[in-house]
Amino acid sequence: MKGWMGKIRALFLLSLLSLILSGCGKENLTAFTPKGYGAEVSLNLIIISLLVMIFVFIVVMVIYTIVLVRYRQKKGQEDFVPKQTEGNKALEVIWTVIPIILLIVIAVPTVTATYDLASTDDKEDSLNVNVTGNQYWWHFNYGEQEIQTSQDLYIPVGEKVYLNMISSDVLHSFWVPSISGKMDTNPENENTMFIEAYEEGVYYGKCAELCGPSHSLMDFKVIAVSREEFDTWVEDMQNVDPEATPETASAQEGQEIFQNSCIGCHAVGSQASAVGPNVTNFGDRSMIAGVVEYSKENLIQWMLNPEEFKPGNKMTGNYSVPSPEEAEKIADYLLQLQPSEITPESATE
Amino acid sequence: MSTTIAQKRGIGSMLWDYLTTVDHKKIAVLYLLGGGFFFIIGGLEALAIRIQLIKPANDFVSAGFYNELLTMHGTTMIFLAAMPLVFALMNAVVPLQIGARDVAFPFLNSLGFWLFLFGGLLLNASWFLGGAPDAGWTAYAPLSTTSPGHGVDFYVLGLQISGAGTLIAGINFLVTIVNMRAPGMTYMRMPLFTWTTFIVSALILFAFPALTVGLFLLMFDRLFGSGFFDASMGGNSVIWEHLFWIFGHPEVYILILPAFGVFSEILPTFSRKRLFGYTAMVFATVLIGFLGFMVWAHHMFTVGLGPAANSIFAIATMAIAVPTGIKIFNWLFTMWGGSIRINSAMLWTLGFIPSFTIGGMTGVMVAAAPADYQYHDSYFIVAHFHYVIVGGVVFGIFAGLHYWWPKMFGKILDETLGKITFWTFFIGFHLTFFIQHFLGLMGMPRRYWTYGADQQLELGNVISTIGAFFMAIGAIVFIYNVIITTAKGEMVSGDPWDGRTLEWATPNPTPHYNFAQTPLVRGLDPLWIEKTEGRKGMTPAEPLGDIHMPNPSILPFIMSLGLFIAGFGFIYQIDDPRWLIVAIVGMGILLGAMFIRSVKDDHGHHIHKEDLEKGAGL
Amino acid sequence: MSQEHTLNPEVFPDEPEKATLEGKNKFLGFWFFLGGETVLFACLFGTYLALQGSTVGENTAENLFGLELVFIMTMLLLTSSLTSVYAMYHMKNNDFAKMQVWLGITVVLGLAFLGLEIYEFYHYITHYDFTFRSSAFGSAFYTLVGFHGGHVLFGLLWIITLMARNAKRGLNLYNAPKFYIASLYWHFIDVVWVFIFTVVYLMGKVG
Repeated sequence: MKGWMGKIRALFLLSLLSLILSGCGKENLTAFTPKGYGAEVSLNLIIISLLVMIFVFIVVMVIYTIVLVRYRQKKGQEDFVPKQTEGNKALEVIWTVIPIILLIVIAVPTVTATYDLASTDDKEDSLNVNVTGNQYWWHFNYGEQEIQTSQDLYIPVGEKVYLNMISSDVLHSFWVPSISGKMDTNPENENTMFIEAYEEGVYYGKCAELCGPSHSLMDFKVIAVSREEFDTWVEDMQNVDPEATPETASAQEGQEIFQNSCIGCHAVGSQASAVGPNVTNFGDRSMIAGVVEYSKENLIQWMLNPEEFKPGNKMTGNYSVPSPEEAEKIADYLLQLQPSEITPESATE
Repeated sequence: MSTTIAQKRGIGSMLWDYLTTVDHKKIAVLYLLGGGFFFIIGGLEALAIRIQLIKPANDFVSAGFYNELLTMHGTTMIFLAAMPLVFALMNAVVPLQIGARDVAFPFLNSLGFWLFLFGGLLLNASWFLGGAPDAGWTAYAPLSTTSPGHGVDFYVLGLQISGAGTLIAGINFLVTIVNMRAPGMTYMRMPLFTWTTFIVSALILFAFPALTVGLFLLMFDRLFGSGFFDASMGGNSVIWEHLFWIFGHPEVYILILPAFGVFSEILPTFSRKRLFGYTAMVFATVLIGFLGFMVWAHHMFTVGLGPAANSIFAIATMAIAVPTGIKIFNWLFTMWGGSIRINSAMLWTLGFIPSFTIGGMTGVMVAAAPADYQYHDSYFIVAHFHYVIVGGVVFGIFAGLHYWWPKMFGKILDETLGKITFWTFFIGFHLTFFIQHFLGLMGMPRRYWTYGADQQLELGNVISTIGAFFMAIGAIVFIYNVIITTAKGEMVSGDPWDGRTLEWATPNPTPHYNFAQTPLVRGLDPLWIEKTEGRKGMTPAEPLGDIHMPNPSILPFIMSLGLFIAGFGFIYQIDDPRWLIVAIVGMGILLGAMFIRSVKDDHGHHIHKEDLEKGAGL
Repeated sequence: MSQEHTLNPEVFPDEPEKATLEGKNKFLGFWFFLGGETVLFACLFGTYLALQGSTVGENTAENLFGLELVFIMTMLLLTSSLTSVYAMYHMKNNDFAKMQVWLGITVVLGLAFLGLEIYEFYHYITHYDFTFRSSAFGSAFYTLVGFHGGHVLFGLLWIITLMARNAKRGLNLYNAPKFYIASLYWHFIDVVWVFIFTVVYLMGKVG
């Protein structure tokens, strides 16, 4: 089953490639080249249903073309009155029964896949991450490992990882197209889904449920690494000492300011931070706030005016804006928060 | 004759005539004007959206304003453009098709229109009063309950008012079709457009109350502090999603079925052949309407309802493809063996078949729940529903307008301009939306204000935006066509297309009582039957006699105005309780007008036989 | 002249509410309207059932509701439905005076029901501090029962208006449909209350 499905998929993708000049979209973002279990199941179903539907479309278009070529009124036929056919029982039965059969062809794998993707059989034995959607950032809480992160979700490759998802405010939807389809985060009940990445790498994640002005700026990353690397990362994260003194003087001052002001909303270490993102491994990230290019200037600018980057965010107006000098010190402090060797960069190598 | 009289009467009295009219033909014109106006506004919003997305990291509009645009585009197009335009066709045609002199409740017909118009105006007033709603046309809670400002309040009140108008219109058509058919017009002799109107009215009746309740709950949460959708008070935001889609899915069929009806009228006329498989078509319409209520949760596959619910709703949804397929094949075989004349109305119909088939195909694809985990809330869905709603409903409206324009206005729309409109719009439509299927699967979620330069989404978006401008050009040419035809077009006969159904049996212009003598219907396509038997017109079912007609009334306008005023009161009372006075005044106007309507007898008037013979009322 | 005659025939027909086309339309249209109303209340019931347990530590259905008062209210409304049937019976017999009397009794019973409902709400608010804003349960309860109460109020105003408007001129085929659909509306309100009594009060107290 998997063999011929793979061949059909290769064929399908090839024809698709020729169809659109830009190919199938960006690697590790597009759903056309699945690199995870859910995305593969979805794509297989997409292809099955598309093939059936293309068949139907061809039938319709063939009849359509014949009709238009043969039965167009020609010159001198203006007064021709065709036979007034009431219908045709046999034909009508055919175009009722055949579609039903075609739909069954789609319905069976649909139901199978629905139950497959909803299964939680090995949830107890797998890695569980509690995901919280917030306006406009993602919080990841590795309950058992006592690790809290934001924006970057680290997972071991080739394993099912169960995500227990909830929202702290409005609806969001967790979507990493190359790995898996999406699941909403609701404020009142926890949703569970599993993801499994086939290859190591950094995958693009997006919010897929309108959640406010910065809905389109709620990107996150899923970083799939080998089991060993993941264990190393877990250990590194667990060993973070929030009180550790940074090396440079500027960063030390920054730490002081951070702990006096920013700590009300943000956190370093394993404690939860309900209001703003946890920044334990801020120095390891590849993006600021999920969408801003990673640079010190941008980070300082963010602290001075986050509204410029994410309209409608919860930080604007709810903190005492630091002076540019203070912001630079805080930036120095944040940028050196690099607890692990395992980073988005190392995962793409 | 009537046009010259109207011109002599001057603009003031003409305005008064339209403000007070209860004539279904004039109300159709009002719906056309109102729906057309909002269609233009919704189109401009769409263009702004497409310009914003033409390049990555664009800032043509701000993120907050973009959300207002996308919300208002959706809301306007569904509630204030597509539905009223469909109602325009229904009002213009259905009473004529069943051989009636008017609808069952002419007063309510007028009320339905004014409620729609004032609801739409209230909703759009938000643009000038601090910002439009920004929570999407679906207004999912808690985003909608926590959205700052008054935008969503305008959404709630505006839709509540126009929704009430729609409900009234639905009941009106139901009763009209049941009670007002001419002698011999049995159910199985009704034209397909009347049938679809009938089913659609039933859908409105049973779907809109769910929206009414949803909007009330949303209003209570926003304006009166209740906790239906507030998790901290024990509320549940998924309830909104259910209520919205219990209404929202049938709404899709409320829009598409009349379009199906339009095509089912045009194809037989211009193929000169009776509709193939009439009984199956009626059955398919009823089945689509029925199944339309069983599938709402397919909009909620990613909400976390569980595999059992997802499977059931997936299969129920796929089932709808069967009756829809029946319709497509019946249309094709209506043309088979016919004598096909291709003009603008027919072009839209022929453009519809492949376009809608693609929309239907993707419809089956999105019904497969696990595949939908990828499609959901991505541009694939945007592409899918535009294929259905533009490729189906908008094409249907254009087709219907070209087809019935001579019945509504006595003149045929210019053919050359009509063909230019069709081809620009048709090409633009496919350019805009076909590529969006791919954009969605390439990782572009819908309602995205912007996308990254590194995500390879640019080319698709550029193509899409170019297509949108083609559609805009098509629409502009159509408006130009309407103006030119109105100014310079020539009056045609009452039956310019060699029509088959009863509406073509009336003279041009149609007198306000439609039929001096109620026609006798002797089968499907009654006018065609008379023609094949060598008669020029319908055989009357009654001798010439006095005709009872309803009186015009300004009360529907006043009632709607009252609700419009009250709307502002309800919205602003949360800022300042003194606004409650405005709400009370508005409701007072409404209830006062209702009271007057209730206690003042309105027996209508009679057109006497003698005057009829002299040609009165023409 | 002819109109006067068609609306006041010498022999009143068996179904005066459906004797004219306008009457027939009203009759059918109102049934359709009640179909829509049914969906409206079904949605409210669904919402109520979903939020019934969402009391967030505040008052629950069990500690709030007392069945005695609700039972009396139910009896009042059921009886009023019966009296409106009598009124319609007399309408069909063209006995205007008796119809007015029975409609009057209906109105009195309806007013008593409404009074008790207001007392009930007042009681919850003052004694239990249970309001529209207490919890999702509170919101759902007041919305469902309040919508019904609003319907009762509207129905009463409607019937009173009809009685007053036609007090002097009596019955004819123009106003007979109006009386008839008002009584239909009244029955509908009664049926909805039976469901409220069962789902909200009985199940709330027992379940």
